[in-house]
Parts: sequence; structure tokens; C-alpha cells
Amino acid sequence: MTFFIQMLVTGIVVGSIYGLVALGFVLIYRASDALNLANGEFVIIGSYICLILMTAYKVPFIIAVAITLVFSALLGLVVERLVVRPLMNAPVISVIMATIGLSSLLGGAVHMIWGHQTRTFPQVFPPTPLKFGGIIITPVYLWSFIVVIVLLTIFSLFFKFSKMGIAMRAVADDQQAAMSMGISVKYVYATTWAIAAVVAAVGGILLGNINGLSPTMASIGLTVLPVVILGGLDSVLGAIVGGFIIGVLQSLAGGYLDPLIGGGLKEVVPFIIVLLILMIKPYGLFGRRGIERV
Amino acid sequence: MRNPFAMNSGKYKTSYKEDMKMFGTTSVKIKWAVIVLLVLAVPLFTSSYWVGLLTLCAIASVGAIGLNLLTGYTGQISIGVGAFLGVGGYTSAILTSTLGLSFWIALPLAGIVTAVVGGLFGIPSLRLKGLYLAIATLAAQVIILFVISRWDSLTGGTAGLVLSRPSIGEFSLSSNTAYYYLCVVILLLTVLYATNLFRSRTGRAFLAVHERDIAAQIMGINLFKYKVMAFAISSFFVGIAGALLAHYTMIVSPELYSFHVSIEYLAMILIGGLGSIIGSIFGAVFITLLPVLLSLLVDVLAGIMPDLYQLFSSLKEFVFGAVIILFLIFEPGGLAHIWLNIKKYFRLWPFSY
Repeated sequence: MTFFIQMLVTGIVVGSIYGLVALGFVLIYRASDALNLANGEFVIIGSYICLILMTAYKVPFIIAVAITLVFSALLGLVVERLVVRPLMNAPVISVIMATIGLSSLLGGAVHMIWGHQTRTFPQVFPPTPLKFGGIIITPVYLWSFIVVIVLLTIFSLFFKFSKMGIAMRAVADDQQAAMSMGISVKYVYATTWAIAAVVAAVGGILLGNINGLSPTMASIGLTVLPVVILGGLDSVLGAIVGGFIIGVLQSLAGGYLDPLIGGGLKEVVPFIIVLLILMIKPYGLFGRRGIERV
Repeated sequence: MRNPFAMNSGKYKTSYKEDMKMFGTTSVKIKWAVIVLLVLAVPLFTSSYWVGLLTLCAIASVGAIGLNLLTGYTGQISIGVGAFLGVGGYTSAILTSTLGLSFWIALPLAGIVTAVVGGLFGIPSLRLKGLYLAIATLAAQVIILFVISRWDSLTGGTAGLVLSRPSIGEFSLSSNTAYYYLCVVILLLTVLYATNLFRSRTGRAFLAVHERDIAAQIMGINLFKYKVMAFAISSFFVGIAGALLAHYTMIVSPELYSFHVSIEYLAMILIGGLGSIIGSIFGAVFITLLPVLLSLLVDVLAGIMPDLYQLFSSLKEFVFGAVIILFLIFEPGGLAHIWLNIKKYFRLWPFSY
């Protein structure tokens, strides 16, 4: 039983980070109907910058995070201006391919600048694990969970009440109507990409603190896709719930089934779930059903 | 024969049959004959290394045409090509090495098995479009690769399987040149089939599905049938390409069929031109030769920057991404469109419009 609960807890914590990275996808999909497959690279770039600031320049953690977030926002803006805006009205496949190209380009740049080796973050969170009954939680997991919950709450409120959040929802709903109501769609796009990059960077910093950092971590961008599909591509709540579900299922599969078949199932489980979901409920748990007219 | 000094004022076709002809005029026939002869004569002038590279180009072209039938013509995005190449490669490997069948039976069987697997994963396409379908095919990629690397007894697991080059009777196709001819012939057959496909009822149905699938359905096109068929036909060629590649490299192992390979194939058809057969070939050659040209460039620049060798793999990735983005933004029609513009320029010269 303890083993089960331990797996559950690990799953929830990992799932909360999935939710955070998935949020980056959802934000961009909501504003521009595109899937940012370079999200994984946004994650590791944020992580690397924070790490380099802390190790090479001895910047305190909080300030390093602040600088990282500012830089990520700028990166988001640059990418939006140079790659996304010229393709505003292009077909889906062009936009998918552009973000794939972007991921290759950013990935190459990351390798060239920071190399391939795995690095570890300096100790930020206390290393002694906390024990609740028989269940062990390391503080970094706990902190990640708290940060994610706080951020997701802020985003839900932001979408509901702030002017920008409402403008974003309007653009997502109907670009032309939003435009005719005096919303600058370009401005909304740019802001969305900046925010998405910042969210990804937060995910990157947390992940880096948990697992250490290497270029292969960018694959989180693909791992999280099932989460987004499960929750619904356009739902913030869906990203969170989907993150928890996939995180927990993955952790359970890793704990119970992997020993039976010799490992590796952990990476595949989300994709099996996604195929099933796509067959049964293509728009995910909370996604809005598209209506097509000829 | 047209007077070479007179301007070409246009082509006049007076019947549908004439319009649909594959080789319209004598000059077109001559042009294609020359191109085919040149392609066949290449091994006479070049080294074995370049023949090998061109073989890879020909194999990639077969796969790219396959993918283009699905993504470019029918509008169904697939990010799972890498895994389907793997299905083709492994089928051929298992049939020839483990079961001892002849290559000439294994090759079409590899295509058929891949077509069945592709058709199976194409079933979701009835309900899914665009992004959702792309992710379903991505899931297919991950799942197929997982099965391949875990089914040790059949596939040899992560170690893979070893193959040999095929032979005709006593004559073995083990030299690069002989294998090049095999691949080129198969490429020519593929081109002929694909060109003819779009002159037929099926091909037109594919195009209609691409334009607007619901409207096509109202016009009486059976969407399910044609969407699954597009997946199957496309996967057939991808499977053939996979089998050819496996017998060329003489080894199959899971990491040869990663997500990155799928991306490369998508890049081929995008850079070459969506919905263009000649474009698929241009794209396949471009993407296959890009790393080679890059390494030549690095050799030249290494005198100035000796670190460049260590950075090569990253640099390759960087340039690959940059090329994709630049093409998407500045030439969405791809190399096929550039080629068309060049031809148009010469046809209209000296008047630009």
C-alpha cells in the first residue's frame, strides 16, 4: 500500500510539472491555433540560463530566476516576431513544421553553446527528505508542486478577470470579431508567446532542480503532448487535470508494469492513452468540440 | 522540332485526352529520355562514394513520394514515417534473414505489411484532422518503435538484425553501382505510379479530400475508404523505401527509425514542395545531401575555426532547422516552385511578363 501511495505522490508531483509545460502549449494553441513543438527547447533554455547565472556568475537563486524569466519573455517575443507572425495565415502543416524547425534550430544552438554533458543545479532546496508516515517526499518535489499550483491559480484568475486575459480569450474565440472590438491581435499574439516561454522556463527551472539538466531533457516537449490532448488543446483546466492523470498513470506503469516487461513502458504509456482518447473523445476531456461547416 | 530561336507562345490543347497526356509533346519525351539516361549514366563518371550517396537520395525519394501522396496530396499530416520505414526494413530483414526468403519476394511483402500497418494507424484519420491527426501519428511512431525494440525474439531488440544485399541468380547486387541501378529503377516505377495515380479516379478523390473533405463526402466520395487508402498506399512506398534502405545499410536497429527521421521526411516534402512529385525528389536529394555539403563546408572552414568539427552534429541540427523555417517563410511552394519559376523565366525570355 505504501508503495502504491508513494507512486501516486510521485506521479502527482511529476504530473504537476507536466501540467505546467502543457500550459505553455495550451496558451499558444488558444491564441494562435498552433502547437508549439519547440516548447521543450524553451524549457531547457530557461533551465540552462538560470543554471549558468547561478554557477558561472554566482547570482542568488531568486535573482537568477527573475533574469531567466525576463530573458525567456524576450525569447518568446523574438520567436513570435520572426517565425510565427510571417506564417499567421499559413496552413496547419506549415506552422507545425515551423515549430519543429525551430526546435531543431534552438536544440542545435543549445548543444553548441552548452555542450552535451549533464549538469546539476546547485543546492537550492534542502536535500533531507520529509517523511509522512512511510511516504518520502523530497522538498524540491514539494516546492515544485506548490509553485505549480500557485502559477496555475494565477493563470486561471488572469484569464477570467484581467483585461489581457479576456482579450486573449476573445482572440482565441474569434479573431475577426476581437479585432473589430478594438483588440490588437498582434499584441495579443506577442504577449501569449512571451507568457508561454516564461511558463516553460519555470517548468525548466523546476525540472532542472529535480533531475539535473542535459539537452535530452528537451524531449519533455513531446512527452507532454499526450497531456495536452487528454485535457483538451484549449483548456487550462484540462492541462492541469491531464498532467495529473498522465503523471500518475505513468508513475504507476513504471512502478508495476516495467519490472514485468523489462522497462521502457513509462515513455510509451502516455502515447497509448493518447491513441485511445483520440479514438473515443478526440477533443479531450475539457476541450471545446469543433463544429465544421462546408 | 520547334525553331529554337522562336518564342514559345503557349501550349494549345484541344481535347481532355490531350490535356491529360503524360508526355505531351516530342520535346517533353526527349527531355525525359535524356534525364533518365543521365541518371542511369551517373555511375560511369563518379566515385563509389557519390554513387552510394545518390542511392540514398533515390531511396529517400521513394519514401518522400510516398509521404507526399499522403500529406501533400491528400492533406493528412503524418509524423510517423520514421516508424513506417522501420516496419518495412524489419519486415524485409525478418523475411530474408530469419525465414530465408528471396529479396524479390520480401521487398513487395515489406511494402504490403507496411501498408497494412499504415492503414491501421490511418483509421483514426476519419475523426481526426490537422494537429490531432499529427499527434495520433506521432503516437503511432512511439508505439511501433517501442514494440520493435521490445519484441526481442522477432526483432533482435536494440541490437537489431543484420541483412545482406540481394542478388539476381548468380549475380550479386553487392556493389554500390548495382544497388544504385536497383534503387533508381524502383524510383522510376514509383514516379510512374504516382503520376498515373493522379490521373485516375482514386487520385482525384484524394485531391478532393485534401481540398475540403466534407464537401467531398457530399459529392459522394467515401471518406473512410479514401483516407485509409491514402494511408495504405503512402505506407506501401514508405515500406519499400525502408526495405531498400535496410538492404543498403545491411543493418536494422530501432535508433535508425527515430522521430528525427520522420521530421527529415516531412522536411523533404515541405522543402521540395507539397503535392509535387518532382518536388519530393528535389527535397529528398536536398535533405540527404545537406549534411554532406555542410561537412564539405566545415572542412574548408576548419582552417579558421578548428572547433568546428566537434560542433558538427549540433551545427547540422541548427542548419536543418534554419533551412526549414526559411523555406516556410520565403518559399512555401518549395524547390518545385523555384524550378517552375526558372522554367517560366526561360520560356518567356526576353520578356519577363
